[in-house]
Parts: sequence; structure tokens; C-alpha cells
Amino acid sequence: MKKAFGLPIGLGALLLAQAAQAAEVAGKVVDPAKEWDHLWHELLIDIGIMGGIFAVLAAYWIYKYQAKSPDDIGTAPRSLSRAQMWAWAMVPAFIFMADDFFLAAKGWTVWNIYRTVPPNALEVKVTASMWNWEFEYADGTKSTYYVDAKEGDGLVVPAGRPVVLRMTSLDVIHSFGLVKHRLKEDVMPGRITYIWFLPKEPEKTFVTCVEYCGTNHANMYAPVVAVPPAEFEQWLKKKANKA
Amino acid sequence: MSTASSGFSLKEWVFTTDHKRIGILYLIGSIAAFTLAGLMALLIRIEQSSLGPTIVNPNTGGDQYNVWLYFHGAAMILGFLIPGLTGFAANYFLPLMIGAKDVAFPRINALSVWLFFGGIVLALLTFIVSDPPDVMWTGYPPYSIRTGGNTALYVFTVHLLGFASILGAVNFLVTVIYMRAPGMGWNQMNLFVWSTVTAFIIQLVFVPVLAAAVTMLLFDKYLGTHFFDPSAGGDVLLYQNLFWFYSHPAVYVILLPALGILFEIISTCTRNMVFNYKAAVYGGMWGIVLISGEVWVHHLYISGMPDWIRIGQMVSTLLISVPVGLLTISLFGTLYRGAIHFTVAMHYALGCLFLFLVGGLTGIPLAMTVLDVHLSETSFVHAHFHFIMGIFAAFTVFAAVYHWFPKMTGRLPGAAMGKLGFWLNIIGVHVTFYPLFWIGVKGMPRRYYDYQMFPEFEPFHKIATLGAFIVAAGMAVTILNWIISAISGEKSPENPWKSGSLEWTHCPSPPGPGNFPKDVTVTADWHPYTYGKN
Repeated sequence: MKKAFGLPIGLGALLLAQAAQAAEVAGKVVDPAKEWDHLWHELLIDIGIMGGIFAVLAAYWIYKYQAKSPDDIGTAPRSLSRAQMWAWAMVPAFIFMADDFFLAAKGWTVWNIYRTVPPNALEVKVTASMWNWEFEYADGTKSTYYVDAKEGDGLVVPAGRPVVLRMTSLDVIHSFGLVKHRLKEDVMPGRITYIWFLPKEPEKTFVTCVEYCGTNHANMYAPVVAVPPAEFEQWLKKKANKA
Repeated sequence: MSTASSGFSLKEWVFTTDHKRIGILYLIGSIAAFTLAGLMALLIRIEQSSLGPTIVNPNTGGDQYNVWLYFHGAAMILGFLIPGLTGFAANYFLPLMIGAKDVAFPRINALSVWLFFGGIVLALLTFIVSDPPDVMWTGYPPYSIRTGGNTALYVFTVHLLGFASILGAVNFLVTVIYMRAPGMGWNQMNLFVWSTVTAFIIQLVFVPVLAAAVTMLLFDKYLGTHFFDPSAGGDVLLYQNLFWFYSHPAVYVILLPALGILFEIISTCTRNMVFNYKAAVYGGMWGIVLISGEVWVHHLYISGMPDWIRIGQMVSTLLISVPVGLLTISLFGTLYRGAIHFTVAMHYALGCLFLFLVGGLTGIPLAMTVLDVHLSETSFVHAHFHFIMGIFAAFTVFAAVYHWFPKMTGRLPGAAMGKLGFWLNIIGVHVTFYPLFWIGVKGMPRRYYDYQMFPEFEPFHKIATLGAFIVAAGMAVTILNWIISAISGEKSPENPWKSGSLEWTHCPSPPGPGNFPKDVTVTADWHPYTYGKN
């Protein structure tokens, strides 16, 4: 029994250690999207090598071992020796496993950056409904976007500061997809989920709904705009006065 | 009463308990489902080929498109892939491969196939009722409960097909355990038999969970319960957990028999022993069974699950690469020192090796929690599972039809048309899905009939649509070829591919009632894959 409990506790300790490390990295405010791109390129090399080996080998063998006559038979040995059998199972198994753990460790490190919100982040509440995004700032100011009329500001944030979104839904499950920042998290009724991103420079992008939500799922989007901090303060004031 | 020589009698087919006829019925039903779902795929591709509403009614927006998507997904997976592999292929070939006269419970087998047809009829009602289901094949609440679409139709379709599958599972497990030819040990079984056994174990364990989940959906929508309604104390994610607890293992229910078919064809057409048979069975197939129940959370990586389970199941999901890797080595290794005979079935099988690499390896980033955060719900996922589950598995069904065509009909399949169909199909799927991989990484969301925020993706969608039509041409040639060859193909010799497996060496083509003219026994040194003398 002791052993059975040991594993989860060990994993738990590892998780905490990793989280602490990630917070440190986040202290310098690492851009998660950049880390994502880096990991993605590493992964492409990894699966490219693996796939390449198998594909080239298969293509070569298909070329080399073509039957010479309709009665031609293969010449591979009928059975492997016990040692060969185990070696051909265990060696590849350990190679695949090593690659799995290598990728898992890399993925986990970036994951911790994704989940550790920097302390100075701007908080915005996000409320999704069929088929609209609404954004609420700390002072209660609300902003939205009307797709049909193409009116409204959507999500406006100051450039250079991390933004954390606390998200919930009024009806069905939606998902907040921010392609530019390699970000996505479901938005559900009765639960609050969070994500954060770092708009380093002023930018204009958009959020799309990426969890199927019916008729206008494909049209549930809103602008996400990062403006210089002073401009953001002005915008927020103007918006608050209007309300 | 001979199935081989007597004239056609509809009554005999409807009330048949012969596993071979039931297999053919499954094949007809699943190819019909495939054809209709394939037509939906064409509509989907046409709709996405240009920005804005293309062929949907602009007033109802996505509604029409969502129904096409629902039918395409549900019919392809539940009506074509699972019944095609575990219904048609298992029914026709498994008893022959183990030297049995039929399955253990022939009447239950007949019940299975008619439940399956019931499910297909229910699915077809989608096109008749005024409120067709629009819940995708996943049926996530709360949407599936709030929608005006007919969720009940979805639930009952799953019930019938699930019930058919559970009955099939019990039937085939008992058949393999008790009805193998005298002398046939576990390590002498065809890999297709092993793959069916492991697939049916997965079905038996996990289908009831799916049935329970969709039943709760039914109760929530029509009887006012609140299993999935957080405002009344329900859990909004419970359904997704239950659904994927079945539906991820379900992809192995498709993958395993698909691999089993490949092993049969590649070993036969290279006249070579399967490489490291025991590693494929005990490491590969049983390894998948062992891990399959601990990986479902990778479908919920972006659903706000606790971090410990998102990371834990990242590791278990990545570890699937170990058993799958062992199967890959056995599969590719069987080519080594073989004598490759390029039959039409072998064309498909060799094509599958490359589809398997692309589909399998693109699954690795999706297994990694953080990479999935960007990739999930994009057309990258859509292209990935089409490669590995859709096209790969569909190609193995087509390969199976070609490989065992002489067994089922006594005639040879047309090789020229068969190869033409193959090349159109394999070129078409690459033209369709590589652009979708590419724009998926760039952020193209799934299940969008319109994509006005991503106008730069329009040319890619156009190429993908072109690819879909190439596949349609390939499938038209393929199905036509089967029909022509079945009616007027060249008469086949008894063992045209010179296989060592029992269904070719011990029974006529097509087999009569009772399958084997003489009772089959096998010796200790017999093996279905022994070709060479050394």
C-alpha cells in the first residue's frame, strides 16, 4: 500500500517544484506564446526524425523487396530467438518512453508558464453567451462587440502588461480562442476558468469561439485590441462616463 | 440451402444466422452509411470553399451546416468505421480464421445486425424530421439540452448501435475462447483475431459508460433532471468525462482491427512471417487495452480541468506511443526480407503505413497539454483524426474488401480499376488534409461554416475541397469496381494470394454453410504466417 501512495505524492512534489520554478521565470514575464512557438518547432524536429526514419525505411524496403516471380516467398526467419524477441520489444519501448518523458517534461515546463499568472496582471471578467462576448473591467465598466452591426470595442487592454481573463458563461459551453497568443480555454456556466496573455506591443487581433455552440458559432468573435497604456486609461474613463 | 449455389432469396438473407451473410449485411449497411456521410463531407467542403454562406441558406446560417456535420461524424464513426471493422470484417473472417463453423451465438449475431440496421434507420431520420439533431457526434451539454434539435434521435441511435456492439463483443469473445480449431494455441491465432478480441474487450468495458452518459442527456432534456445543469447542482463537465472515457478507447476499437487487417494483408502479400508476433500481441495490442482507459482527459485539456490530471494524462497519453510503437515496428518489420506482391489490397495496406505515420505522429503534439491549448478545436485536430481514424481505418476496410473479395464472391477483384481508385483516393486525401493541417496550426477553428475573421485561409479551403472531389471520384471507381467484379469478375482460384491462413487453405471460396468441408485441426508447428522454409 505504501508504494501505491508513494507515486502520487512524489508526482505532487515534482508538480510543486515545477510550479515554483515557473513562477520565477514568470517574474521576468516570459511571453507564453513565444515559448509555445519554440516548443512547437522542437516537437516538429522530434516527430520529423521519427517519421522520417520509418518512412525512408519503408520506402526503401518496398523498393528492394519486390517479388521477383508470382511464387516468390519471403526469407525472414520463422521466429526470433527469445533474446531477440525481448530486445526488439524492450529497446524500442525504452526509446519511445524516453522520448515521451522528454516531451512531457518540456511540455510541463511551458504549461507552468501558461498557468502562472504574473502578479501585476490586469484583471478582466469575460462573460460568454450565445453568441456574444462581454468584457468587464475592475471598475465595473463593460465593453462588448456586436457582430451583425460590427459595432463596439471588444476587449481593449494596455500594451506591455499581462492580462488575466476570469471567464464564465451564461448558457452553454463556449471557448475563448486567441490565436495570436496561442491560447484557448473553455468558458462554462457555473465555473470560472482563467487564462493570461502578454500583448507586448500595441496590436489588433480577435477572439473567436472555439467550442461548438450552435447556429452562430462561426460568427461569435470580437476584436482584442492592445493600445498604449495612456490611451487605455483614456478609453476606460470615456467608457465609464458613457455608462 | 447452400449459400454458394442456391438462388437469391430475400427471406434467407433477412432471417439468416450465418456469420458470413451477417458480415455481408454489415458491409452493405456500413458502406451505405459511408456513402451518405461522404456526401455530407462534400457539402461541408463546398460550403467552406468560399467565405460567407456558400450553399447554406443565409437566413438560417450555420444550422444546415451543423446538421451535415452531425450526420457526417456520427454516421462515419458509429455507422461505418466501427460496424465496418467489428461488424463486417470480424463476422466474415474471424470464424474462418480460427476454423469455427459459425459464431457461438448465431441468433444473437442476427439480433446484432438488425439492431445495427435499426440504428442506421434512426440516423437516416435526420433527413426527414423537421428538427434534425445538430449536436455533433459528441453531443455536449448544455448545448445538446438547450437546442431545438432532436437530441433524442442522437441518443437512441447511440443506444441501438451500442447495444448491437455489446452483443457482438460477448459473442466474439466466447467464440474465440471456446471455438478455436482443436490444437490452435493462443500464440497461433491470426493477428486480426487478436485485434478483434482486444477491441471487443474495450467495447465491453466502455460502451455501457457511453450509454449511461447519453441516457442522462435524455433525462436532462426531456424529463427535467439536472445531471449536467450547474444551476441546479449538476456538473457541466461530467458528460464530457463520461463521453470521452468511452470515446477515446473507441478510437482503439477502430485502430486495433484496422491494424489486424493490415497484418493479414502485409504478411500474406510479402509471404513473410509477421515480425515479432508476441511483441505485437502482448506489448502492442494488450498494451493499448491497458492504457486506453487512462487517457480520456486529453480531450478536455482546455476544459478547465485541475492541473494534476491535465499533466498526469499528458504522460499516460504520450505513453500510448509505446504499444503503438511496438505494433508499428512489427508492421514495418514484416516488409523486411519479404517478397512483395502488389495486389490492390497491398496498395492500400502500404498506403496505410504512411497514413499511419502522419496520423500517429501528429497526435503527439495533441497529447502535450500545452501544445494542445493552441491546436485543439482547430482543423489541425480535424486533419489528425481524419488521417489516423478516418482515412487510415477506412482504407483498411477497403483493403479488406479487396483482399477477401475472392473469398466472399469466388471472383477476383478488377486490378486496374482497383489501383486507379486507390491512387485517386490516396492523392485526394493528401490534397484535402495537408492544407487543413497547415491552416490548423495558423488557427482555423473547427465546425465553422464561415470564417470571415480568417479570409487568408480561403485558398487553402479551396484546395481541400478539390481534394475531397478527387476522393469522391476514387470512391465512385472503387464501389463500381466491386459491383462489376462481383457480377462478372474473373473466377478466382481457391487461394489466389497463396496465404497460409485457415480461411484460404481449408475452406472453399465462397464457403458454404458450416464453412469447412472437413473439421479443422492444427498441429503445434502450424502458424498462419509461416511462408519461408528456414
